[in-house]
Amino acid sequence: MSATTYAWLALLMPLVGTVGLAVGFKLWPGKTAGYIATVAILLSFLAGIGALIQLEHHPANHRELVSSLWNYAVTAGVDARLSILVDPLSVFMVLVVSGVSTLIHLYSIPYMESDRGFVRYFSYLNYFVFSMLLLVLAGNFLFLIVGWAFVGAASYLLISFWYRRRTATKAGIEAFVLNVFGDVGLVLGTFFIFRHTHTLEFLPVFHAAPHLFAKGSADITAGCILLLLGAFAKSAQIPLHTWLPNAMEGPTPVSALIHAATMVTAGVYLIARMHPLFELAPAAQDVGAVVGALTLFVAGTIGLAQTDIKRIVAYSTMSQIGYMIMGVSIGAYAAGLFHLMTHAFFKALLFMAAGSLIGAMAGEQSLDRMGGFRRALPFTYATFLIGGLALAAVPPFSGFFSKDEILLAAAERGGWHWALYAVGYIGALLTSLYTFRLIFRAFHGEPVKEARELEAGHLPHAEVPRNPATGEVEDTDVGFPGPAHAIAERSWEMKVAMGILAVGAVGAGFLQIPRTDHVIENFLAPTFVGAAGYHLREGTAKLALGLSLSTVIALAGIGLAYLLWRSRPALLAAIKARAGWLQALLENRWYFDLALYRGLVEPAAALGQAARQGFERYVIEGAFVGGAQLAAAAGSALVRALQSGLLRAYAALLTVGAAGVALYFLVRA
Amino acid sequence: MTIGAYLAVSAIVFALGVAGVIAKRNPLVVLLCLELMLNGANLALIAFSRMWGNGDGQIFALVVMAIAACEVAIGLGLIVAIYRRQLPIDVDRLKELKG
Amino acid sequence: MSTFVFVLAAIGAVGGATAVVALRDPFYSVLALVVHLLSLAVLFLLLRAELVAAVQVVVYAGAVMVLYVFVVAYVGDGEETLRERFSSSLSQPALRGLGAAVGVALLTELLIALLGAGLKMVEGEGAPYHPGPRTFGTPAFIGKLLLTRFLIPFEVASFLLLVAAVGAVLLAGRERERTVEEAERARELAGVGR
Repeated sequence: MSATTYAWLALLMPLVGTVGLAVGFKLWPGKTAGYIATVAILLSFLAGIGALIQLEHHPANHRELVSSLWNYAVTAGVDARLSILVDPLSVFMVLVVSGVSTLIHLYSIPYMESDRGFVRYFSYLNYFVFSMLLLVLAGNFLFLIVGWAFVGAASYLLISFWYRRRTATKAGIEAFVLNVFGDVGLVLGTFFIFRHTHTLEFLPVFHAAPHLFAKGSADITAGCILLLLGAFAKSAQIPLHTWLPNAMEGPTPVSALIHAATMVTAGVYLIARMHPLFELAPAAQDVGAVVGALTLFVAGTIGLAQTDIKRIVAYSTMSQIGYMIMGVSIGAYAAGLFHLMTHAFFKALLFMAAGSLIGAMAGEQSLDRMGGFRRALPFTYATFLIGGLALAAVPPFSGFFSKDEILLAAAERGGWHWALYAVGYIGALLTSLYTFRLIFRAFHGEPVKEARELEAGHLPHAEVPRNPATGEVEDTDVGFPGPAHAIAERSWEMKVAMGILAVGAVGAGFLQIPRTDHVIENFLAPTFVGAAGYHLREGTAKLALGLSLSTVIALAGIGLAYLLWRSRPALLAAIKARAGWLQALLENRWYFDLALYRGLVEPAAALGQAARQGFERYVIEGAFVGGAQLAAAAGSALVRALQSGLLRAYAALLTVGAAGVALYFLVRA
Repeated sequence: MTIGAYLAVSAIVFALGVAGVIAKRNPLVVLLCLELMLNGANLALIAFSRMWGNGDGQIFALVVMAIAACEVAIGLGLIVAIYRRQLPIDVDRLKELKG
Repeated sequence: MSTFVFVLAAIGAVGGATAVVALRDPFYSVLALVVHLLSLAVLFLLLRAELVAAVQVVVYAGAVMVLYVFVVAYVGDGEETLRERFSSSLSQPALRGLGAAVGVALLTELLIALLGAGLKMVEGEGAPYHPGPRTFGTPAFIGKLLLTRFLIPFEVASFLLLVAAVGAVLLAGRERERTVEEAERARELAGVGR
C-alpha cells in the first residue's frame, strides 16, 4: 500500500471509532468502549508507521505526496478539494499525535471508569484525534480550516465534559470564543493569499509564492500576520491565552492530550507548514518570535504564583509553546518541531502524574493542601520527577536537547536575536523554579492526611463530592465526575502509559544530539527544502556556551526551589513581604483575564442586552411577528365569513362563479 | 319558428330557475326551481337535436329526465326525513356545515 | 299556425316558471310547475320530438309532480310565513336581490352566446324533416338509438334509478327510536325560530 493510502487509513480509524461509539452508545458494556477507542487510535498509529516506511522508500526529493479523494468544486474563484498532503512533516505530526493519543486513551480507561459519561468521553476523544489528524494531513487551506474548526469544537466538547459544572461550561465557551478569533484570522489570512494564488492547494501555493509576492510586500505580511493570529489563539499565546488555564476544568487526560501534547501545538505546525510564506514576510516572523518570547516569560512568572497544580502545568505548557513558536518563527524548524515532540512526551507524562496525584487527593487540586506524597505514591513520584527533570531541561533528559537547540539557533541568527536568547534562558530558570516548587511542595515534607491514609493502604474518599475550584457541592451522576478516583499505583493501564512516556521523556532527546546525530533534522529536511538556515550551524563556542549555561541554570533552578520551599521557608515569606506588588501581579495573571473581560465580554453583553430590549422586542417581535400575525388573522377572518353554512349563500357563490367563467369564455370568443 | 326562439325560451327558463334557487327559503321550492333549470336544459337539448337532425339530443334529454326523477325522489325523501325529526324546513336554519 | 302555437306554449312556459319563483305558497308553485311542464311538452312536439314529449307528460308531469304534491301536502307550509325572521347572516331582501341579479346576468350571457354570436344554423328551422314511421322523433327511432349507440348510458341510467329507489326507501323509512340527545337537539333547533 502506498503512503497516502496509509495516511487515509490513519484518518479513517478514529472516525470509525467515534461514530461507532456514538451510534452504539448504549451497547458497549463496562469498559469496552475505552478499549475500542484505544485500539482505533493504535491502528491509526500503526498506519502512520506504515506511511513513514512507505515514504522513506521514495527518493529524498519526491517525498511530498498529494492524494485527492474528491474534487468538490474547482472553478473560477473557488477551489475546494478533499486532498491530503503526505510529507515528512505531516507524517511526523501524525506519529506524535496518534502515539501520544494512544497512551492517553489507555490512561483514561481507569481514570474515567466510574464516570457515567464513559462512552461519550471516548467518542469525543476519538473525534478529537480525527480532527487533529485532519488538520495535520490537510493538503489545502480549506481542509486545514475544517480541521482547525473541528479541533476547536472537540476542545469545547471535552472542556465542558462535566457539563453540569458552571465553571466547566464557562471555560468551554471561553475557549471556543477565543478560538473563533483565531479562526477569523486564519480564514482572512487564507483569503489574502488566495487572492493572488487562485488556488488553495499547499504545494502549488508554496511553489508559486516567491514569484507572486515580493519579499516583505504588504499583502503577504498581512496574510501571514493573520495566520499568526490563528496560531496564537490555538496555541494560547499572549494575548489570546486566557482560555488555556481555564480549560483545566476538563478531565485530566483531556488536559494531557489537547492542552499539552496536540491541539495547542497546532499553531507551531501551522507556522512550520507555511514556512515558504513566512520566509517572504520577515515582519511576520519577527512578530511571531517576539510574541513567543513574551509568552514564555510571562507564563513562567505566573506559574510561580499558582496554587492549582493543573494550572501550574498549564502555564508551563504555554511557556514551552512560546519556545516552540519562537523557534519556528526564527527559522529553526527542526529545533521547534523536535521540542514539540519531546514536550508532548514529558508534558503528557506530567499531566498523567498530576492526575494520579489528584486521584489520591480525592479530586482536590490545590497545592496548598498537598504534601509528602513521596512514600504513598512512589510510581507517581518517579514519573513526576522524570517529567519535571525533562521539563527543566536537565541533561541528559530530552527537554535539555530540544530547548537547547532552539536557543542555539537564536544565537546563530545573531543581531537582536540575542535578546531572545537571554529571555529564553531566563525562562528556563523560571521553568526549573516552578516545576520543582511543585514537586517539593507536593511530594516532599510532612505527609498530609490523605497521604497518610494512602500509606496505610486506603485510598481516600471525599465525603461530599465538591467542585475543586469553587467548593460547590455536586453529585456523581451524569454531567459530574464519577465517585471513584484512580491512581497509577493501582491500575496497570496508567502504569503502562506513563511508563512508555517516561521512556520517551528520557530517551527521545538522543534523536538529535548536537554534532552527533540529526535524525529529526534529516527526516524533516525534504519539507523544508529552500528554507534558509534550516540546517543548524553548530559553532563550537556558542554550542559550549549554550550547553553549559543550560545545565547550570537548570540545576540552579532546582537548588533555588529547594532553598525557598524546603529548607528556608522564612526566606520566601520575606520576599513575599517585600515584593507584595509582584505577588499581586502574578496571582492576577498579569491582569490579562481582567482586561479581556472588561474590554470584550462586558461590552458584548451590554450590546446583547440592548439589542434584546430594543431592536428584538419592537422591531422583530412587534413589527414582523406581530404584523404577520395580524395579516394571518385578518385573512382567516375574511375566509371564515364565507363559511356561513348557508346553503343559499353557497349556491349564490357557485352561480356567480359559473357566470364569471361563462363571461370569460364569451369575451374570449 | 327558428331554432333561436326555442333557445331564447330555454335561456329564460334556466335563468328563472337560478334566481329561484338563490332566493327561496323553502327547500321544496328550491327543488322545484332546480327542476326548472333541468327543464330549460332539456328544451335546449331538444332544440339542438332538431337543428342537427340526429337523435342524440333527445336521448340526452331522456336520460336527464331519468336523473331528475331520481334526484327528486331522494330530495323529497330527505325533506320528509327532516320533517319527521321535527327540524325546521328552512334552508337558512339547516346550517350544520357552518365553518 | 305553428308560430301561434309556439307563442302560446312559450308564454305558458315562461309564465309558469315565473309563477314558480314568485308565488309564496309552495302548493301554488307546484301547480305552476305542472303548467310549465305541459307547455314544455307542447314545445317539444313543435320540435318533432314525439316520444320525448310523451315521456315529459307521463313521467315528469304525471309521476314526479304527483310525488311533489303528496310531499307538499304532508310537509305543509314550511317557514315561508316566518320569512320576516332574520336567522341568517344574509338578509332576505339581499338574497332575493342577489338571486335576481345573478339570474339576469346569466340570462344576458346565454342570450349573447346563443343568439348574438351570429351562428347561421340557429337562424334556420333545423334539418329537413320527412314524416314516416321511423323518422326523427318517433319511438322506433329513439328505441333503436337507445339499444345500439347509447346502450351503456341506458343501462347506467337504469342502475341509477335502482339506487335512487333503494335510497328513497331507506330515507323515508320508519324512523328508529330517537335518543334523548337527538330529541333535545331537534327541540332546540326548532325552538330557536319561535
